[in-house]
Amino acid sequence: MASVLSFINDKRVRDLFYQVALVLGLVGATVWFVRNASENMVKAGIASGFDFLWRTSGIEVPFVLTGYTQQDNILALFWVGIANTMLVTVIAIALATVLGFIIGIARLSSHWLLSTIAGAYIEFVRNIPLLFFVLFWYFGVIAALPAPRASLSLFGVAFLNNRGLTIPLPDSPAPFRWALAIMLLSWLIQWLVMRWARRRKEETGRDAPVLLLGILFVLIVPALAFTWAGLAVRWDVPVLRGFNYRGGFVVIPEFVALLAALVTYTAGFIAEIVRGGIQAVPHGQSEASAALGLRPGQILRLVVIPQALRVIVPPMTNQYLNVLKNSSFGAAIAYPDIVSLFMGSALNNTGQAIEIIAMTLAVYLVIGLAVSAFMNWYNARIALVTR
Amino acid sequence: MTKMMILGAAAALAVAATSAHAQQLAPSPTLDAIKARGHLECGVHLGLPGFSFANDKGEWTGLDVDYCKALAAAVLGDATKVKFTPTSVQQRWPILQSGQVDLLSRNSTITFSRNATLGLNFQGINFYEGQTFIVRKSTNAKTAADLDGASVCVAAGSTEEKNAADWFRERNLKVTITNFQKNDDAIAAYDAGRCDAYTAGVGALAGQRAKLKVPDEHIILTQPISNDPQGPVTRYGDERWQLIVRWVLNGTIAAEALGVTSANVDEMKANSKNSEVRRLLGVEGGFGAMMGLPDDWMYKAIKQVGNYGESYERSVGMGSPLKLERGQNQLWTKGGLLFTPPFQ
Repeated sequence: MASVLSFINDKRVRDLFYQVALVLGLVGATVWFVRNASENMVKAGIASGFDFLWRTSGIEVPFVLTGYTQQDNILALFWVGIANTMLVTVIAIALATVLGFIIGIARLSSHWLLSTIAGAYIEFVRNIPLLFFVLFWYFGVIAALPAPRASLSLFGVAFLNNRGLTIPLPDSPAPFRWALAIMLLSWLIQWLVMRWARRRKEETGRDAPVLLLGILFVLIVPALAFTWAGLAVRWDVPVLRGFNYRGGFVVIPEFVALLAALVTYTAGFIAEIVRGGIQAVPHGQSEASAALGLRPGQILRLVVIPQALRVIVPPMTNQYLNVLKNSSFGAAIAYPDIVSLFMGSALNNTGQAIEIIAMTLAVYLVIGLAVSAFMNWYNARIALVTR
Repeated sequence: MTKMMILGAAAALAVAATSAHAQQLAPSPTLDAIKARGHLECGVHLGLPGFSFANDKGEWTGLDVDYCKALAAAVLGDATKVKFTPTSVQQRWPILQSGQVDLLSRNSTITFSRNATLGLNFQGINFYEGQTFIVRKSTNAKTAADLDGASVCVAAGSTEEKNAADWFRERNLKVTITNFQKNDDAIAAYDAGRCDAYTAGVGALAGQRAKLKVPDEHIILTQPISNDPQGPVTRYGDERWQLIVRWVLNGTIAAEALGVTSANVDEMKANSKNSEVRRLLGVEGGFGAMMGLPDDWMYKAIKQVGNYGESYERSVGMGSPLKLERGQNQLWTKGGLLFTPPFQ
């Protein structure tokens, strides 16, 4: 009897019991919801299951990176949506980070006009809904660009009008894959050179011609590789015929407008994070660096920003996740992202709301968790290491 | 002997009493709910002049709206007892499936896959629509085939989205289709110069044309590329409610065929010798009771809303800014496609 009581009163046993009960309860509730929903749908005569993914989609998409055509199945349409969401998210994150850093540092500038303009921009952006930005850029972009017949020609091969930017397309992507590989390889070489040069400087105090090698490996080698690739393929140059240019690849105005909206909007928030991060570094650090004779640019680059990054990175993760989620505003201006294509067109054509919404949720969840994981890794890497 | 007669008479009386009291009807939860709440819940378009459009006072008008009013008159005796729920292309099916509305009357095309997979039934045709394009006059396009190379704005998830893609692909013509979430977004983008054409049904375009900045600069191509029959939609199940929805629509068409209008319905009810008119208006036959409605169901609907033809002329026909010909939406007796099974 006593042993039974002591078993029941054991903290570890109780903890285990509650946790198992919680997990079972959650699993049970989920199973019940799913079964209930599918039973009711069968009763109401609404189709369910994932068979619809293999049906012909029949939907024409104006901006495709995956080789999808209207005759492919709905699963292929799903990938198109993911690719388009990822594309706009990744580019918007990169550009917003750069712009946000510039504005955030400008905000702290001792130059009155610069810091006031940066401050005004931040306040303006942070107090306006994103949808307004998206629509503003969209109708702004369309209104600013000419009709196809009055296109702006860029060297006679690319054409900008309110249908988008039509650029020439190579007949085969293989040489460009090689050029890309060469570029990455030469960047890797430069990185190894820099590591070697730093170590040598620490050991012997002698400088290496890093800058010259950098120009060679970062710029000249890739440029040569891409020039070779450009000459090795035949180009499909757009020609004006009828309503618009034929041939080539079209960067649609919806993409440009959504990207511009996400970048300008998110940069305002990132600027504030950067400002806060920099101000979190004690002023004594800058003063000490100045006393050691470092120039203002060096102080910022070598002393302040490395310490500020530790404050900046965690809230930055939030902003990056917001960019991902905000990319769904593209649906408002017909940017063919996952929401517009899959939750809009495909959902309407098949009526399978539960499956489609669950799949879309999963996509955002997976991409979001991947972004978080990367940022956590980066945060751990730049964390203050106590030796 | 007398005992037997009394017993027999009593039995006969009992049978007569039960059958006179109420014919046994299949249960209709939808109809019961409508009667209990005192109004009809009708899902309509967000705003499509001629079909369902709310003016600045919030009064709804249009062909699809009129049908719901007629249904309310038939069911509740009062055409004003309707609550209209505007729905987007994406919202319309879930809102009906989930039971938030009793029916959709929302210029939605009847298709096989919708009927087979959405758990929804289409109850007849109140408008024969055909898909076409609106273009700027300056493009000189006369038919859809002239649109090779054009970009076309369309509402995502509509039948037009797929129709257009198929039609151009089958003819080896290349168009760029840009899919917007709402009809209004698509037409606004077309107006802003994003697209060379906007595609929708002939009737829908006639109504939406008024939303353009300068309507006269645009022209609607006359040759349709599809058949898009449209009509009221209900959920699977509740057959008695489906019956009512179907036959009120048939009733408004039959009334036009029989020459019953809102102006002469009283006189017809009192004096007509035509048996079908008498059955339609509830003078004989007791048709209303067979569905659990008052026998004067169609009389109320026609008196308060009018027959199909009146509704058409007032909403989209010559009495409206849309000025659409009757065309396919004329009675079968006059060269159109509108047909109703007999009230017999």
